[in-house]
Amino acid sequence: MTVSGARGMFSAYAPILVVAALLALTPLATSANTVLNAMVLALLVALAGQGWNILGGYGGQFSFGHAAFFGTGAYGTALLQARYGLNAYVAFAAAIGAGAAVGAAIGFLSFRSGLRGSYFALVTLAFAEVFRIVANASPFTGGAAGTLLKLDVAPGNFQFASRAIFFWIALALVTLVLILTRAIERSRFGAYLVAIRENESAAQALGIDTFKVKLQAITLSAAVTAAAGAFYAQYFLYVNADIAYGAAVSVEALLAPIIGGLGTAFGPLIGTLALHGLAEGAKALTGRIPGIDVALYGALVVLVIAFAPKGLRGLAARLGRGLSTRWAS
Amino acid sequence: MFAPEIVIAAVINGLLTGAVYALVSVALTLVYGVLHIINFAHGAILTAAMFAAFFAEQAGVDPLIAVFGLAPLFFVLGYGAQRYIIGPASHGEDSNTLLVTLGLSILIENALLAAFGSDTRTIDVPYGFSTVDLGFVFLPAPRVIAFAVTCVTATLLWALLKKTDTGKAIRAVAKEKLGAALVGIDVAHVYAVTFGLGAACLAIAACVLLPSYYVQPRVGDAYVFVAFTVVVLGGMGSAPGAMIGGLFIGVVESLSGLYFGESLGQLGIFVIFILALLVRPTGLFGARA
Repeated sequence: MTVSGARGMFSAYAPILVVAALLALTPLATSANTVLNAMVLALLVALAGQGWNILGGYGGQFSFGHAAFFGTGAYGTALLQARYGLNAYVAFAAAIGAGAAVGAAIGFLSFRSGLRGSYFALVTLAFAEVFRIVANASPFTGGAAGTLLKLDVAPGNFQFASRAIFFWIALALVTLVLILTRAIERSRFGAYLVAIRENESAAQALGIDTFKVKLQAITLSAAVTAAAGAFYAQYFLYVNADIAYGAAVSVEALLAPIIGGLGTAFGPLIGTLALHGLAEGAKALTGRIPGIDVALYGALVVLVIAFAPKGLRGLAARLGRGLSTRWAS
Repeated sequence: MFAPEIVIAAVINGLLTGAVYALVSVALTLVYGVLHIINFAHGAILTAAMFAAFFAEQAGVDPLIAVFGLAPLFFVLGYGAQRYIIGPASHGEDSNTLLVTLGLSILIENALLAAFGSDTRTIDVPYGFSTVDLGFVFLPAPRVIAFAVTCVTATLLWALLKKTDTGKAIRAVAKEKLGAALVGIDVAHVYAVTFGLGAACLAIAACVLLPSYYVQPRVGDAYVFVAFTVVVLGGMGSAPGAMIGGLFIGVVESLSGLYFGESLGQLGIFVIFILALLVRPTGLFGARA
């Protein structure tokens, strides 16, 4: 499975760096703000999906409430700056920590109670809804009006006039998590996680502390998704309960890796690019009828699960293999 | 503190709301009991049925008449959806079923949004503002009718499950899928019938809800969250559990709305939900998972 040595390292990490380098050229190809804006949003969703993928893709624990982590990251960075005047970068880091803590708490409660499958999906959904309702009602979070961050463009405030810089930061975060995911894949922790996904009872029988492994996975997963939320708040300088903790966030975070390829490092990125490409195409064809793009997401999910259970990445690999065998014969 | 009459009125109102929750939840728990899967498209099907009832009313058919056409129609649609889409697409894996129903739910909700926009629509029926006088409290007629229809539907469903061969087959598949297949029961057919029954119950719920509620592409979400709670509380797969759970949640919502106000009243449901999941995921009436 894992190829050791320098060649293994190279074949594992080189594709990530190549993809990152190619994507990094985007702002040089176009300076149109709409394109860059769409790309930043796509990278944000990819990042949230990368977080989901660690727990759901590798560990097989399907969360339907990753908005709880995304929202905590978004509100964390916004409130720490707006209420306590913290430096933006410190707030960003603290918000990721807060997201991880929420992940650990939800994980502790759910896994301690032995919730799996549908039950785990439901309890995560409910936690996200509780956060949404509280954030929407509490004066501390600004209630339904949400929280605004003061516009003060300066690199020291994590605010930049150019969208290209935001794009590069988002790309750097996505790349970092790609490397992290690849490292997990090659680690003992990653092997434990996959063992739990394939057969939790068997994994336990082999002596894996499944509770501990799942808890670590959800904490890490939450931290990554919280980073996406924190970045969102920093980019738009505004959060409210429906944006941060809404069910749409949870759904987007799980669609991207499922469409792209569950439990693969590149899955979430491929899935997001495919979904957003499809959405933009649909909007261009139908003239921005609300809902049509998301309806297509739904159809695509059903089609992918029916005909390409390993996602677009798996489909591409299968097609590639098919071609090469035809070539050989 | 509130006067006893107000509290009693709140309890009765809660029971009336709870009856509709119970109907929506029975449909969900039925599907869970047989397919062992949470149907995430539940809310979207309810929304679709409410749109159907709405347009039937626009065409001059009262929802209480339309229900006789919509319930069979939704049975057929539900049967087809499970037999020809959800079943084949899932390749027999539970996690896939979860995601396929989620995909369908996204598809249905947003197709409705694209077709009809996000406007809130209501209908006027002759009995819309009538009341039933119990002597100490006035009850809105549409909700009393909803309560009665729920009771009738639950009885019919119970009779179907207990007294007919189809019901026996459904219960057999719920208990032991492989064994049922071995004695010659067509499992794929039973899955589809169950899903169809669930959709038919939702069509009935939609027809009794519409006169006192509104329709909008996301209207099902609110009900589906409540239904999840009820189903977990009552024990996944337990129909009596879902009935009692539905009534209970209706009363809890009504009372917490009375004491804590509307927006935090919603919170009560989720807190019960999380506690039920964490402390007793098999529910009050559920068999051991």
